[in-house]
Amino acid sequence: MSPLSDQSVARLRQALEEPELAGTRYELLAPLGRGGMGSVYRVRDRELGRELALKVLTVEGGARAVERLRAEARILAGLEHPGIVPVHDAGLLADGRPYYAMKLVRGVRLDVFARSNPGRSALLRAFESLCEAVAFAHERGVWHRDLKPDNVMVGDFGEVLVLDWGVGEVGTPGFMAPEQTSGAAVDQRSDVHGLGRILETLLAPDPPRALLAIARKAAAPDPAARYASVRELSQDVARFRDGEAVLAHAESLLERGERVVRRNPALFALISTYAVVRTLLLLLVR
Amino acid sequence: MNKPLFGLLLGGFLGIFDGLSALVSAPETRPEIVGIVIGSCVKGIVAGLLIGLVDKKFNSLPLAIVFGLSVGLLFAYWVAHMQETEMGRNYYWQIMTPGGLLGVIVGFATHRHKPKRAIA
Repeated sequence: MSPLSDQSVARLRQALEEPELAGTRYELLAPLGRGGMGSVYRVRDRELGRELALKVLTVEGGARAVERLRAEARILAGLEHPGIVPVHDAGLLADGRPYYAMKLVRGVRLDVFARSNPGRSALLRAFESLCEAVAFAHERGVWHRDLKPDNVMVGDFGEVLVLDWGVGEVGTPGFMAPEQTSGAAVDQRSDVHGLGRILETLLAPDPPRALLAIARKAAAPDPAARYASVRELSQDVARFRDGEAVLAHAESLLERGERVVRRNPALFALISTYAVVRTLLLLLVR
Repeated sequence: MNKPLFGLLLGGFLGIFDGLSALVSAPETRPEIVGIVIGSCVKGIVAGLLIGLVDKKFNSLPLAIVFGLSVGLLFAYWVAHMQETEMGRNYYWQIMTPGGLLGVIVGFATHRHKPKRAIA
């Protein structure tokens, strides 16, 4: 008997995992992705005639995974915010696997959006929207713990949605905070770290020093050296966007002057005109 | 800082600077420089205060600029006229051109200045 090829195994695995939606109001359209705990499918809600995303527990998930997926659905349902994907329905499939239906997010991942060169101000706006959603969740005692560009979608109208509030215990290397790696206590500053790493990845190869300082402060290895909250991080980004001094960077006199001139170009044009007129008058009189 | 106070401080500061520039443009005025600087500073303070009050009431950039220019020119004319009367020398261009420009600068900057709201 010849062994099955990897391709055949993958196909069998997919067929096995494909959710049995008989008895539900949903019709399977296509797989969208697979996470650590569940798979997400594009489905059609036959009752309301709209497409949704359906997250279903993977077959190998045990009782703990079942409870986690249901907890995730409950947490998401409690987070009503324009930046957090809303949950519309939850239940059990015929095979006993839990699922929940959520808004089908149409758009691109944040990293893909950043690669489309939308400009720094659009990127910072998206980042601030992301911060708002995370800060909202923090105020309700929910930490994301796996913030990365893959978990943030930017819609066609610039709306930003944070996905995968999987109450996961494991983050993603490169984005998760050192305290997550070491198994130490996690708090909102772990998400501040993730946001700092996201900001670093969003920045162009040669970002302004103040902006880089914000990202580095947020992603500092020591939680005490980071911003104490996502709101503080977001406020510092807003300061940068408004041309004000940021908390994360002690600017030199030259940098300060450059920032003030860039913030008030018309005023400096007027002052320059005044200086030129003064000089001309001086020359003419002599 | 509210707009009238901002205009007052900016007008006063620029007035001092403008008065001191007489040392370079008209060195013969050196003996009277203290009086010139004080007069220029007071002129700047009054102009800045008026501009701030007008901008607070109307909140219009064109109006702030036109009003700043008008007040700057008017006060500069008054100073130049006094110079002519007292010293018999004609400095209208030298005083009114930068004076008008300073009025525009104070008008523009005062309009752009956004008073910070106190957080309760």
